[in-house]
Amino acid sequence: MENGNVMIQAQNLAKMYGNAHALRDVTFEVQKGEILGFLGPNGAGKTTTMRILTGFMPPSAGSARVAGFDVFADSIEVRKRIGYLPESVPLYYEMSVWDYLDFAARLRGVKNRDSAIERAMEMTNISERADQLIGKLSKGYKQRVGIAQAIVHNPEVLILDEPTIGLDPKQIIEIRHLIKSLAGDHTVILSTHILPEVSQTCSRILIINDGKIVAEDTPERLSARVRGAEHIHLQVAQAAPEIPTEIEKVQGVLGVTAHDGGVYEIETNLGADRRADIAALAVQRGWGVLEMRPVSISLEEVFLKLTTEEKSAGDGA
Amino acid sequence: MANLWTITWRELKAYFASPIAYVVSALFLATVGFLFALILLNGREASLRGAFSNMNFLLLLVAPAITMRLLAEEQRMGTIELLLTAPVRDWQVVVGKFLGSVILFATMLLGPTLYYVLLIGVLGKPDYGPIITGYIGILLLGASFLAVGVFASALTQNQIVAYFIGIAILILLWIADAGGAIAGSGNLMSSVLGYIAITKHFNDFFRGVVSLTDVVYAFSVIAVALFLATQILQTRRWR
Repeated sequence: MENGNVMIQAQNLAKMYGNAHALRDVTFEVQKGEILGFLGPNGAGKTTTMRILTGFMPPSAGSARVAGFDVFADSIEVRKRIGYLPESVPLYYEMSVWDYLDFAARLRGVKNRDSAIERAMEMTNISERADQLIGKLSKGYKQRVGIAQAIVHNPEVLILDEPTIGLDPKQIIEIRHLIKSLAGDHTVILSTHILPEVSQTCSRILIINDGKIVAEDTPERLSARVRGAEHIHLQVAQAAPEIPTEIEKVQGVLGVTAHDGGVYEIETNLGADRRADIAALAVQRGWGVLEMRPVSISLEEVFLKLTTEEKSAGDGA
Repeated sequence: MANLWTITWRELKAYFASPIAYVVSALFLATVGFLFALILLNGREASLRGAFSNMNFLLLLVAPAITMRLLAEEQRMGTIELLLTAPVRDWQVVVGKFLGSVILFATMLLGPTLYYVLLIGVLGKPDYGPIITGYIGILLLGASFLAVGVFASALTQNQIVAYFIGIAILILLWIADAGGAIAGSGNLMSSVLGYIAITKHFNDFFRGVVSLTDVVYAFSVIAVALFLATQILQTRRWR
């Protein structure tokens, strides 16, 4: 390992399925203890990347290292250090939860199996289902058994493909807390197409679209980067047709869009807060300000912007 | 080695958790029992030779039913992803499952049919030599068939397809010497096909003869079938 803190290193990864590119030239690093979120529409290459990292399939080109071991050449060493929750949770329906976790623990060569299984069941909140057949469990429980399987051997690296799919909101929050609590000792990569998930759990986001990385940053910086301008939400009691033109005269205001109910969306120069000026204007003209607040672009918008920009650029080429 | 047993052990538990093991064993034993009784009543001979020769054909139908699930179901359910990303070699997955099926088959064969041995031992004076070699023969034959079944199960995600592929391969192996006869006699083709023909290698066991060629043959079939199954599993990774 070149750097003691780099846990996962992917270099120019590419994967072809026949003639179709599932992944092209994907390069990224994950530091020890970090939670990295893979974000992207379905079919973007998230699962393929994860399958390469876990040694399930080799890349067509490029290389990847986990904990200093090459995922292809030292596959077994890599697999010993990884806990993996695939997209379709790999459960044997005819086994009980305990037997299944015991099997998973044996496969990974866990020494003190009973306590490891108990720990994993406690963390995922499934202890009371230990003797139940997996086939009889609800979708949420099945998902949690899948996560328990991934953490039963206390792996250095956790790779979770859509970990919260099929869970109810309460369970989603529990799992997010669990993932967050694992960070530090463990390095986590999780994929999702649900945006609040990454902004709440991940320290860094990697947006993948069409097999390529289109953005990589912290959630906050990503939204700032895409923003390009500040937005202000303004609602007044007395809507009037001349309001947009009046506001546009304020220095630094780039544009105003009028909405129903006296709502205006004001776009201003980046880094400039024009709220005081606009408020003064509104008071002067007697519009009756009901509400005024800065609008931060949500990750949804960042995501859409990045992935659609990518698409139109690709179409043009 | 521990990995191998982990997989074998899970497979055995899975067999007894599903109805397949019970249904297949019950049908197998009912048919074998019927044949045994029929042959015993007609021949009045204190041997299991007749029963063994008949098991031959039954195994052709039974062995692929035992193995059809092994790899096909893993691929269909996606659990193969758990096995192939665990620190376990691909061949260990294949061999582990194969051993599971062999242990099931041995239990289903030995447990209840040893009763036949007891019966003819009480009623007559059997020659135990051919009975022992017969059991060795049936176990080797069964293991060869099961290995072919494991290979068939690696080819598809569908258990039924795996079953029929298994039977088709076994039938081809079974009648290979007929093809050899068409190819003429004394040439390479006919001797190769003659050697491949599976049942030819097991008749001697039932007569009380254990020949090295036949034992080597059985282990070759097992090795080739399991090797090919492993290769297929590996190529799945590349797709």
